[in-house]
Amino acid sequence: MAEPVRVVSKRFGIPDSHTLGVYLEHDGYVALEKALKSMQPADVIEEVKKSALRGRGGAGFPTGMKWSFVPKDSPKPKYIVCNADESEPGTFKDRALMENDPHSLIEGCLIAAYALGSHTCYIYIRGEYGWVQDGMDAAIREAYEKGYCGKNILGTDFSCDVYTHPGAGAYICGEETALLNSLEGKRGHPRIKPPFPAVEGLYGCPTVVNNVETLATVPWIVQHGGDAFRQLGTEKSGGTRLVSVCGHVNKPGVYEIPLGYPMKDLLEKECGGIRNGNKLKAVIPGGSSVPIITAEEAYSVKLDFESIGEVGSMLGSGGVIVMDETADIFESTFRLVHFYKHESCGWCTPCRDGSDWMEQLFDRIAIGGGRQEDLALITSLGKNIEGKSHCALADALVWPITSSMKKFPEDYQRAIERSRKLLHEPAAV
Amino acid sequence: MLTPEREKKIDELLTRYPSSRSALLPALWVAQEQYGWISLELQKYLAIRLGITPEQVREVVTFYSMYNERPVGKYHLQVCCTTPCMLMGSDDVIGYLEKKLDIRRGQTTADGLFTVSQVECLGSCGTAPMLQVNREKYDENLTYEKVDALVDRLRAQAEGGNG
Repeated sequence: MAEPVRVVSKRFGIPDSHTLGVYLEHDGYVALEKALKSMQPADVIEEVKKSALRGRGGAGFPTGMKWSFVPKDSPKPKYIVCNADESEPGTFKDRALMENDPHSLIEGCLIAAYALGSHTCYIYIRGEYGWVQDGMDAAIREAYEKGYCGKNILGTDFSCDVYTHPGAGAYICGEETALLNSLEGKRGHPRIKPPFPAVEGLYGCPTVVNNVETLATVPWIVQHGGDAFRQLGTEKSGGTRLVSVCGHVNKPGVYEIPLGYPMKDLLEKECGGIRNGNKLKAVIPGGSSVPIITAEEAYSVKLDFESIGEVGSMLGSGGVIVMDETADIFESTFRLVHFYKHESCGWCTPCRDGSDWMEQLFDRIAIGGGRQEDLALITSLGKNIEGKSHCALADALVWPITSSMKKFPEDYQRAIERSRKLLHEPAAV
Repeated sequence: MLTPEREKKIDELLTRYPSSRSALLPALWVAQEQYGWISLELQKYLAIRLGITPEQVREVVTFYSMYNERPVGKYHLQVCCTTPCMLMGSDDVIGYLEKKLDIRRGQTTADGLFTVSQVECLGSCGTAPMLQVNREKYDENLTYEKVDALVDRLRAQAEGGNG
């Protein structure tokens, strides 16, 4: 196979890649200049549409289409909001991007702002990434000093401000409407859609919310053309993307792959295989919210939206969680149930109370006293949670449970048997 | 209630948004940086400072897990235990810390130096197990030896008075 093209990670590993000087030496702000000086805003949107770029945050919505929903004739100000609230378990690619290449994100924000007629961008960064925010702030200061941000950018009549904004530890703020509420200084409760943010978003104004990687990909598309990007991937899933691999592999980390890349190659070539020569047991292919797949499925699947869909899962955020034969799927799912219960924002009753009951059920099985009927109870409870709330957090709680019960029933059966034993045996002192 | 530099920082934050309420989350960070936690008094002060109601501040403080509603140790050791970290042994790490510092998760050592907390995914899954001290850059790929070295370093830092 030819050397793969690197789009968003091409500056990773270059010394001082986070500085403006090094960025400028490696195609930095070339696309911004091209867009401002030789393209109309509509041309930019057209190129992004042609690229078949789909959102890299989790939902995979076509970016160009999202942009085209913004009303052109609205008298209200428009906002670009970057979702850097990376908190989907298994996902750590946006942090790598902001640490290694902050200017590509700034440039992507500015091009998006130009395309959509916006003059203000907010980058919402999860609260824990304090030092990442400091790094972004330093890069933004450099960009202002050299005239890439602020008034009359590159001598044109386009002006735009870019700010960072910290979260404070709430997974739900990765949901775009919860993020907007949080940015307005409120609790991170998701809003009912429609209206979608493109029409009524931040402060009730048209707003585009895009993931870090999505925006950081835009400069390459503008520089090289949408067709060139699309050709790197598959027909429906254009280009390349970052995946972050964790768990039981020899070399976990962030890798850029063309869409349609075989999962088997990712695990064996890039990641150096399963640790200790163990056997692969299961993979969660797109962040903790997506259904789990078996080793057999993982070895046959390709990393694009369509191929993963065929085995009943999703590419999601690109967070690949790998589990070898030592993993107990009941235990790993129990921990996810705890996570979603902790992160439920509490707004919708099926999610708030349902996640709590679900955790109690798993807990009972784990500590002793679980019954065979509990498995059916879990399934039935799941049905009463899924699809019954404002946002997808409730679904994200249920999918890992139903998929793992279906694909790894023996792990659940073992948990029930263990649980019965625990109840009837005196506790070890 | 805040130092002059921090007041200046809040003035600057207020220029960023069309609504002063938007400055609340960053302003709470500025306040927590000074005090280590957000008291009711501080909440009332920030409400006046931003021109919003105390309830609007309180609802935010109680919603977001990183704002401390009560004092914590000088060094808040937050150990991620979500599935990717669990697979790599985070339960052993937090158990080791509890034993070493003789406290349970959620508690603070008698000398007020350390609080240990179990937290949810910090986005460091490829370098698990890991923890975060306060809001500093992560300590990753932890082993018992690394945990020992970290605790020693923080103790020395506290004694030196430059923590």
